[in-house]
Amino acid sequence: MTPVSVKLYTDDVSLLMVLIDTNPFFWNSVKSALPFSKFLSHVLAFLNAIVLLNQLNQVVVIATGYNSCDYIFDSSTSEGQTQRAEHLLQKLEDFVNKDESLCREDSVDGPGFSLLSGSLSMALCYIQRVFRSGPLHPHPRILCLHGSPDGPGQYVAIMNSIFSAQRSMVPIDSCVIGAQHSAFLQQASYITGGVYLKPQLLDGLFQYLSTVFATDLHSRGFLQLPKPAGVDFRASCFCHKNTIDMGYICSVCLSIFCKHQKKCSTCGSVFGQAPVQDSSTPDRKRKTPMDA
Amino acid sequence: MADKQVIKRAKYKSSVKDPGVAGVLKMSIERFVFMPNDPKSTTKLNVEFRMIKGHKFTKEGSSKQALLNLTQDQGGNYIFEFDSFADRDVCREFVANAIAFHAEAGRVVPDKSAPPVNNEQLSREETERRIKLLQENSELQVLHKQFVYGGILTEAEFWATRKKLLDQNDSRRPKQRLALKNEMWTVKPLSDGQTNRVTFNLTPEIIHQIFAEKPAVRQAYLNFVPNKMTEKEFWTKYSRAEYLHSTKNVVAAAAEAAEDEELAVFLKRDDMLANEARRKIRRVDPTVDMEADEGDDYIHLPDRGLLQDEAKDVLDSQYEPYRRSFSQDLNQHAAVVLQGRLVDVELGDTRTVAEALIRTKQAELSDEISNRNLERKLSDRISRITEIEDLQGPRDPAVAPLSIKDPRDYFDSQQPNALKALGDTGSGTKSFRSRVSPREAYGSLRDIVSDIRVMGLSEPIMNQEVALKVLNGLTQNISSTKLHLGNNPHESVLDRLPKVTKEELMHHWTSVQELLKHFWSSYPITTKYLYAKVTRLKDAMSQVYPKLQEIKESVQSDFRHQVSLLVHPMLQALDAAFAYYDADVQKRSGKSGERPNGSV
Ligand SMILES: [Zn+2]
Ligand SMILES: [Zn+2]
Repeated sequence: MTPVSVKLYTDDVSLLMVLIDTNPFFWNSVKSALPFSKFLSHVLAFLNAIVLLNQLNQVVVIATGYNSCDYIFDSSTSEGQTQRAEHLLQKLEDFVNKDESLCREDSVDGPGFSLLSGSLSMALCYIQRVFRSGPLHPHPRILCLHGSPDGPGQYVAIMNSIFSAQRSMVPIDSCVIGAQHSAFLQQASYITGGVYLKPQLLDGLFQYLSTVFATDLHSRGFLQLPKPAGVDFRASCFCHKNTIDMGYICSVCLSIFCKHQKKCSTCGSVFGQAPVQDSSTPDRKRKTPMDA
Repeated sequence: MADKQVIKRAKYKSSVKDPGVAGVLKMSIERFVFMPNDPKSTTKLNVEFRMIKGHKFTKEGSSKQALLNLTQDQGGNYIFEFDSFADRDVCREFVANAIAFHAEAGRVVPDKSAPPVNNEQLSREETERRIKLLQENSELQVLHKQFVYGGILTEAEFWATRKKLLDQNDSRRPKQRLALKNEMWTVKPLSDGQTNRVTFNLTPEIIHQIFAEKPAVRQAYLNFVPNKMTEKEFWTKYSRAEYLHSTKNVVAAAAEAAEDEELAVFLKRDDMLANEARRKIRRVDPTVDMEADEGDDYIHLPDRGLLQDEAKDVLDSQYEPYRRSFSQDLNQHAAVVLQGRLVDVELGDTRTVAEALIRTKQAELSDEISNRNLERKLSDRISRITEIEDLQGPRDPAVAPLSIKDPRDYFDSQQPNALKALGDTGSGTKSFRSRVSPREAYGSLRDIVSDIRVMGLSEPIMNQEVALKVLNGLTQNISSTKLHLGNNPHESVLDRLPKVTKEELMHHWTSVQELLKHFWSSYPITTKYLYAKVTRLKDAMSQVYPKLQEIKESVQSDFRHQVSLLVHPMLQALDAAFAYYDADVQKRSGKSGERPNGSV
C-alpha cells in the first residue's frame, strides 16, 4: 500500500469495496435493458469520481462471477495509481476467462445466480485486514452492484456475511440493476445500515451512483438518502411455506415449522416430547384441559 | 399504632441549604403538624399523611444534618432538620409506618368485591418493599394505579406476576449479621507519662476478637484459667506479651519468655495458626486468573505495600520463634473479619466464647476431612486449566456436526415476504429468459470488455435529461419517505410522533401487555374466582380497544399510517384474547349450561 501518513485519515476518507456482478448469464438476459458495456462505462466513471473525491479514498473492485470471485482492482497498489481503467479491464478479462474455464454446464436457463456470498466474504476479509493495519484507516463500506437473482443455496453463507459485516460495523450498500428486487441485499442493507436502491432508470445509473452511493459515511449523518419504507421479517414455515407469526423453531438449526414435529426436516434433530404426548395437536390440548 | 403520637423539636426547611424555621413537629397516624417557635411566623404546616408518598433521609456519619424529607404525591416536599439523629430516626420510623398505613388503606377500599385475595396479610416489610418498588418505577406506579385502584386487578394479582421483582429487591438486603470490627486490636498502651504504669482496656468484644484471631491464646485461656491463674492474671500476662511485641524488641521478648513459660505461650509464634494456614494453603487454587488481577497492580506506585524493613534484621535462629511480622497479623485479622462472626453466644462469659469458637473450628475441620474429594476436584481443575493443547491426544467429538440438508429452505422461508414488502410483483421489466451456452454468454462479455479496452468509453456516458430525471426521482422519493423516516437510522418510529401520542401509545402498550399477561395466565379456568377475573380483564380490555382507535384518529394524517402500524399488533393481540374468551364461553355453555361460571 502507499505509504501515506496515517495522520491524514479524516472522517470522510473511504475504503469502497465495489462488488460488480459479472455473471454472464445475467448480462445476457438484460442485454436490451442495460448492456454490460453501458454498465461498465458508468461504473468506471463512478470509480474515478470516488478516487477524485478525496485523494486518500481507496477503491477495491471484486468481480462476482458465476463460478468464482476475484479482486480485479485495488487503487492502493502501484498499478492502481495510473491507467486505472486499463488495469481493471485487463484483470476483468482475465477473470472472465478463468470463470469460464470453471464452468461445467452445457447450457444455463435464465440469468443464473452469481456468487454473491463469495465476493461479500472477500470484501469482508479485505476490510478485516485494513482494520488490523493500525488504529487509523479509511472508513470501509461495501457497494454491491448486483443484478442476478438471489441464489437460495447461498442463504446461510450470505446471512453469515451480513451478520459479520454488521458486527464489524461495515455498511453494505446495494444497487440492484436486475429485473427483480433482491431480498438478500435488502436485508444486508437494512441490517448493516446501508442504502438499498433499485434504480428506475438504468440509463441514469451513473447519476444514482454518484448521488446516492458516493456519499461517505461521515456525510451520511447530514444527508437524506433513500430509505426503504420497511422490511417484512416475517417468515414462512419450512413445511408448507405459509407465512406465520408464531411457530416452532428448531433449536439446533433455526428451521421454522407451523406445527410440532417429531424430527427436524432440515438438520435431523429429534425433538423432545411435547407436554401432552398422546395428541398430534399438543398446543390445543394444553389450552383446553377441561375436555378431559 | 393509630393512637400513637410523636413530638420532636425540628426545623422546617424549604431546601437543604435553607437555615430553616425552628419549631415543634407533631406526628399522628393521620397527619403531621409543624408549629414554629415564633408565634408570629407564618410557617405552619398541617399535612395529611395520605398526601405523602415517600421519605428520604440523610445517613448518619456521612452527613452532619439529621434531615428527613417527606415527598408529596404531586411533587413538592417537606424537609425537617432534627437536633439529633436519634430524634430523626424515631420520626422516620413513624413516617414509614404512616405512609404504609395509608397506602394500604387506599388499596383495600376498591377491592371489597373480590374476596379471596384481599385477606392477604402483608408484613410491614413486604408492604414497604412494594411501596419502594412503586416509587422507584414510575411505569409500574401508573399501571398499579390504573389496574389495582381501578379494581381490575387485585393487589395480590398485580404483584403475583412480579414475584421476581420483589424477591430481587429483597435479596439486596440480606439479614445483616454484625461482623467483627474491622479494627486491629493493637495494644496502644495508655501511659500516663510519669509512672511506668501502662493501662490496657479489654472489652468482651475485644476478647472475642482476640480468641478468633489467635487460637493459641484461646487454648491457653482454657488451659490456664482458672486452675493456674485468675482471669485477670491471664490478661495481664497477655497484655505484657503484646506490649513486648509492640516494642519490636525481639531479643528482650525472648529473654523474658525464657523466664516465664506462660508468657512464652503468648510470645511464641502461634503453631495452631501456622497449621491452619498450611492446611488452607493446600486447598488454594494454584492457577492464576490474570484477568481478575489486572487492576491490582500497585507495585509501580510509590508508597504502596509494606515497608521491607521487617525482613532486614537478621537474627539468631533462637529468636526465630519470637518473630511475628505485621503482615502476618494483618492477614490473620483480615481473614477473621472476612469470615464474619462465627459464634452467636453472649459475650459476657469468656470461657463460653472460647469453647464455642473451638467447637466451630472443629466442625470446620471435620467437614474438610470428610470432604476429601475437594482436593481431587482441585487437581482435576489444575490439570484441565494448565493443559497444553498441542500435547493432548485427539478427543472424541463432544458435539455432532450440524448438517443442514437443504439451506434453500431458509431462503424460501424469507424471500416471499421480503419481496412483498418491496412492492415487487415480478412484473415490470420482465427478464429475458432463454437458454444460452456458457460459451456464448462468456464470449459476449469478453467481447464487450475487449471492445472497451480498444475503443475506450463512449462519451458522454449519460445525457442530461436522464440525469435530471434521476435527480428528480430521487428527490421525490426521499421527500416522500422523509415524513415517515427521519435521517437518523437509529431513531425509532415512536420518536417521530408527537410526544403526547408517543406517551399515550407507550402507556396503552404496557397496559395491554399487563392485561393480556393476566388474561392468558388465568386459563384454564378451574375456579369461579378465575372466571370472575377473566371477565373483569376482558371488560377492561374492551375499554382499551376504542381508545386505541381514538389515538389513530387523533393524529395528523402524516403520522396516521405509522400510528396504525404501531396500534395494529395491539389490536390483534386483543382480538386474539377476545376470540379465545368467546370460544371458551361458548364451549362452556354448550357443555354444562347449568354451570356457566366455569366451576369444574
Ligand atoms: Zn407448515
Ligand atoms: Zn433443525
